[in-house]
Amino acid sequence: MKKLLLAAAAASICAAPAVAEVKVGMITTLSGGGAGLGIDVRDGFMLAIAQSGRDDIDVVIEDDQRKPDIAVQLSDKMIQSERVDVLTGIIWSNLAMAVVPAAVNQDVFYLSPNAGPSPLAGKGCNKNYFNVAWQNDNLHEAAGAYANTAGYTNSFILAPNYPAGTDALTGYKRFFEGDLAGEIYTKLGQTDYAAEIAQIRASGADSVFFFLPGGMGISFLKQYADSGIDLPVVGPAFSFDQGILQAVGGAALGVVNTSQWNKDIDNPTNAAFVESFQAEYGRLPSLYASQGFDTANLLLSALESASPSDADAFREALRAADFDSTRGDFAFGPNHHPIQTIYAREVIQEGDVFTNKIIGTALEKHSDAYAADCKM
Amino acid sequence: MSAILIIEQVLNGLQFGVMLFLMAAGLTLIFGVMGLINLAHGSLYMVGAFAAAAVAGATGSFLLGLVAALAAAALAGTLIEVVVIRRLYAAPHLDQVLATFALILVFSEGTRWIFGSFPLFLEIPDALSGPVTLPGGIEYPLYRLTLIGIGLVIAVGLWALIERTRIGIQIRAGENDREMIAALGVDISRLYTLIFALGAALAGLAGALVGAIQSVQVGMGEPVLILAFVVIVIGGIGSIRGAFIGALLVGLTDTLGGVFLPEVFKLFMEPGAAQKSGAAIASMGIYVLMGCVLVWRPTGLFGARP
Repeated sequence: MKKLLLAAAAASICAAPAVAEVKVGMITTLSGGGAGLGIDVRDGFMLAIAQSGRDDIDVVIEDDQRKPDIAVQLSDKMIQSERVDVLTGIIWSNLAMAVVPAAVNQDVFYLSPNAGPSPLAGKGCNKNYFNVAWQNDNLHEAAGAYANTAGYTNSFILAPNYPAGTDALTGYKRFFEGDLAGEIYTKLGQTDYAAEIAQIRASGADSVFFFLPGGMGISFLKQYADSGIDLPVVGPAFSFDQGILQAVGGAALGVVNTSQWNKDIDNPTNAAFVESFQAEYGRLPSLYASQGFDTANLLLSALESASPSDADAFREALRAADFDSTRGDFAFGPNHHPIQTIYAREVIQEGDVFTNKIIGTALEKHSDAYAADCKM
Repeated sequence: MSAILIIEQVLNGLQFGVMLFLMAAGLTLIFGVMGLINLAHGSLYMVGAFAAAAVAGATGSFLLGLVAALAAAALAGTLIEVVVIRRLYAAPHLDQVLATFALILVFSEGTRWIFGSFPLFLEIPDALSGPVTLPGGIEYPLYRLTLIGIGLVIAVGLWALIERTRIGIQIRAGENDREMIAALGVDISRLYTLIFALGAALAGLAGALVGAIQSVQVGMGEPVLILAFVVIVIGGIGSIRGAFIGALLVGLTDTLGGVFLPEVFKLFMEPGAAQKSGAAIASMGIYVLMGCVLVWRPTGLFGARP
């Protein structure tokens, strides 16, 4: 009798969900110095989900506070307790390296809207890991290519000492054909760059390349502009995104930065995205917002033809990437990272707002340097 | 490694040092006179920076922003002293740490609630922007020179306050023996509130001045707070002179170490590795300094001798 009751209870619990729901876990940085990036990714992602009109997608959003141990805890909770089908959201490469390998090995799909560390594009690539934004080195490689066409021959380069910073300088050096007047790894979170700027002044460089995301970039740009050193500055979009530009103001004018997206890329999806983002959130989108938006649309496009419960079919649907991207045509390479055009854009002032304008193309149909190492 | 570079780095170290002094002075007074560990000092730094950014953004005047920073930080300091800190004077240090840590969280979330999560814009006034040419052909930003100047003026002002005024006598007596001055009729609670507000105002001023060349964002005060603690341990708890010397030592060690250690390493390593290892060791420099000072003088350079 007891066994019968127990079996009935178990059967009723298992029979519970009648509506097929897709659960997405978003672990991103919503507090602390780097919060602007996570907030933009989240807002772009949720805008696309809202615009799809679907009510069967459940997005669970948590704040990793830029701490790897918290990100790992959240990922464990989402995979084991919330039972998410797809994980996304991580901004920082050190957190990605802590979370992604374990997650994809538990048969959870991971769609990266930002962090693209080199191990995950090369030797550590995984069939469940897709990167919708770029491989970390890409924008820096494009900066190196742009520096060549601009005629710079002696660059001073600096970046923070963490995986994305190392990738940045490696990427720049891979494409830049000139000499290096200096190469510095600063502390992650460092705010005073007086010492580094003094070294730039003394180095005899003809150009400066730096990768300093978030508050670090704001500090450096302000101090650099005030130092009176007139060398041209090149960088990836991470140091000149929409969020940073408002805090830096005139100090950033004229700087050239490389990005796979800008608000003036001419296609209907992008125009609609910029307009609806501004209407919904009252601010211009940054490249992080466009990456969140594209990630959500990739997911939605895959859900049109397959469900995460059929892993192989869902994976093929993701690989097909049959969605309208804000960047125009979108395609994955064999290592699940995008093959795309990277533009050079310049910081300008439009009325009261500081923003970017595309001035040229740095790299076309660009893959990444680690694809050959990926044996998927 | 030219002389110009060395002199410029020394100036950078001095500027870093005097800004640390503004933070450390308040901290050491509070710790020395009231025996209170105040972790919320970094939040007062942040309040000053945000107040300056908000007022300077609204009025366009950096000077008004500075005044607002002083006022806002002093007000915030008075408020938390009366509401929270007052109950902690007799409590063990751990309780003080826990309570003031809670204040950090309250201030951080409160600031994010009022101002949002993106960094705020605060810029150097035009009159102070750009470099000036110093004797010897050195180009140095005028604003950083101004910071050094302001720091020195405040150092002198604090010295005058402590050594030459009635309040100063009360502060020095309070550091020495709290119960005795209460017994002698000094209104302790008013004195404590005054000291706390003074320390808070200094922190807020530092936040506003440094915020103009760095990023005004939530959480900007905590890294500076840690450095300020290192400074007061090196200088000796309760000593303004110690805070000043300690701050200059920390500022110079950190800046010059970060520049010259990699150069030293380059003598026997290849440049990339030398840069990385030099920078890593240099970041420990101030803590090594603190260790050495404590071995030599356990209560700090100017602390009370046992």
